[in-house]
Amino acid sequence: MNHENASSLKKKRMRIADSVLYFLIYLCAFLSVMLLAGIIVYVLMRGAGTVSLRFLTSVTSVLKGTVGIAGNIVNTLMIILLTMLAAAPIGVGAAVYLNEYAKPGRLVSVIEFATETLSGIPSIIFGLFGMMFFGQTLGLGYSLLTGSLTLLLMVLPLITRNTQEALKTVPDSYRSGAVGLGAGKWYTIRTILLPSSMPGIITGVILAIGRIVGESAALLFTAGSAKTLPKTLAAIFPKIFQSGGTMTIQLYLSATSEGDFDTAFGIAAVLLLLVFVINLAAKCLAAKFDVTRKK
Amino acid sequence: MEKKAGINTVETAAKYVFTVCAVIAILAVCSITFYMIAKGTPAFASVGVPELLFGTEWKPTAEDAKYGILYIILSSIAGTGVSVLLGVPIALLTAVFLTEVSNKNLAAIVQPAIELLAAIPSVIYGLLGLMLLNPVMYRLEKLIFAASETHQFTGGSNMLSAILVLSVMILPTVVNVSASSIRAVSKDLRAASLALGASRIQTIFKVTIPAAKSGIMTGVVLGIGRALGEAMAINMVAGGAVNLPLPFNSVRFLTTQLVSEMGYAEGTHRQVLFAVGLVLYVFIMAVNLTLQKMRKGALDDES
Repeated sequence: MNHENASSLKKKRMRIADSVLYFLIYLCAFLSVMLLAGIIVYVLMRGAGTVSLRFLTSVTSVLKGTVGIAGNIVNTLMIILLTMLAAAPIGVGAAVYLNEYAKPGRLVSVIEFATETLSGIPSIIFGLFGMMFFGQTLGLGYSLLTGSLTLLLMVLPLITRNTQEALKTVPDSYRSGAVGLGAGKWYTIRTILLPSSMPGIITGVILAIGRIVGESAALLFTAGSAKTLPKTLAAIFPKIFQSGGTMTIQLYLSATSEGDFDTAFGIAAVLLLLVFVINLAAKCLAAKFDVTRKK
Repeated sequence: MEKKAGINTVETAAKYVFTVCAVIAILAVCSITFYMIAKGTPAFASVGVPELLFGTEWKPTAEDAKYGILYIILSSIAGTGVSVLLGVPIALLTAVFLTEVSNKNLAAIVQPAIELLAAIPSVIYGLLGLMLLNPVMYRLEKLIFAASETHQFTGGSNMLSAILVLSVMILPTVVNVSASSIRAVSKDLRAASLALGASRIQTIFKVTIPAAKSGIMTGVVLGIGRALGEAMAINMVAGGAVNLPLPFNSVRFLTTQLVSEMGYAEGTHRQVLFAVGLVLYVFIMAVNLTLQKMRKGALDDES
């Protein structure tokens, strides 16, 4: 009798512990979702009053009395373009080497170690290195080019890894088929492997663009903070060698030294929407071309 | 015959080009390491190793300049440690929710939410911390230190704000890595535990999580790396004074020290900032190496 009582008591206690843990698990998941919802609602509410066509297409000027981020948008776009022009081919090339050419050995493990390490280095260190190496040693100073070269190193692992994953899903029969038909390795890569893994490559590129859009610490001491707009279309090229702040940098400056929180929230709203769209695009693409999904 | 030779040249050239692409990662890591050491070490010589690493006074612009970064190092360690202690349990329970508890519909809301949290730029976290967290902290500070005569009021920019922002920022990393390692635990293990009469919760906490331990630890170490390297967000909420890492003190971290002073520092001051960068780099490399060792260990276990 006594024994039975004790065991049923214990059972009861366990159930209480269980429900407490269930409650905590639900609470944590709920917290994460509410956090995101809160951030979105608050940023959009505070930013909505600032964001307008004028805000997006004009440059902040005391003389004209305008507040706008057109210059920062152009800088962001130029940095994305410059970075990806180099990062996409190099990242894909590295993945092709690792997956198609390299034989397992010392070089491969060193390259993989380096790629892993690179992806673990925080952006402030990239910024410091970019400032010292590209900015001072190579004499590029504070410029969009310095910023792009710095970001190139930062996003390289992202593209390499996504391409590698994509190349791994290309069936080996494609390769042996091509070899059997007499195609060389480069020909196979160019006409079969790269097209087959294009979705993975594009996903990597989109994710890298997302990283660049949100990046700030690596750009503060490399690309600088200028916000002027190139006056003519022809002035865009020399702009590469001039300082230019992206949207994130302007947000940081607006919220700290300039104390202009309306602009800061305006930029935050634009950035938030941009980053979400980029993420959604990457996700849709990945889902659409996922070969492992069940039909 | 001539065409064949042409093709061979192209093939060889392609091979070399791809190899060069792959080697760039090695070059990058080597030159970053080289620059961090080359620029970071002179300050140790000019200021002195003990004065620099164990000095507690930071007066870079004073007549008799002092460059002690002990408090900065301690702040980074304490901030990272506490934010991981705070963030990891929440992240782990969220991962459990995603993998073991939730039905498909709820997971379809929580999973993307976590991914989007990871995508939010750090300056936005900083801005929100500045606007929402700091005022609350200031009110708390006024309450707690109302009678204190020694406390320096910070207006709410303090260690606690930085820790809260950091623990939110590491959340997605830890959730994702933990969730995938929990998913990798064999179904048989769960079934066996349930068949022995354990409840679902008992199975999760006594069987599944221990089985996924190494993957979860990887997530925690990744989180440590992220917290240690975060710069912009915490620079906006942590204040700007070099202080002991107490909850309501305005503090500087290794990263925020670089962000806020690199722009104008000159001479020895600048050298010391590079030394701060080197210290940060050493910490990060230690975290990285631990991580790679753990991953390698996990691979060996599988095979």
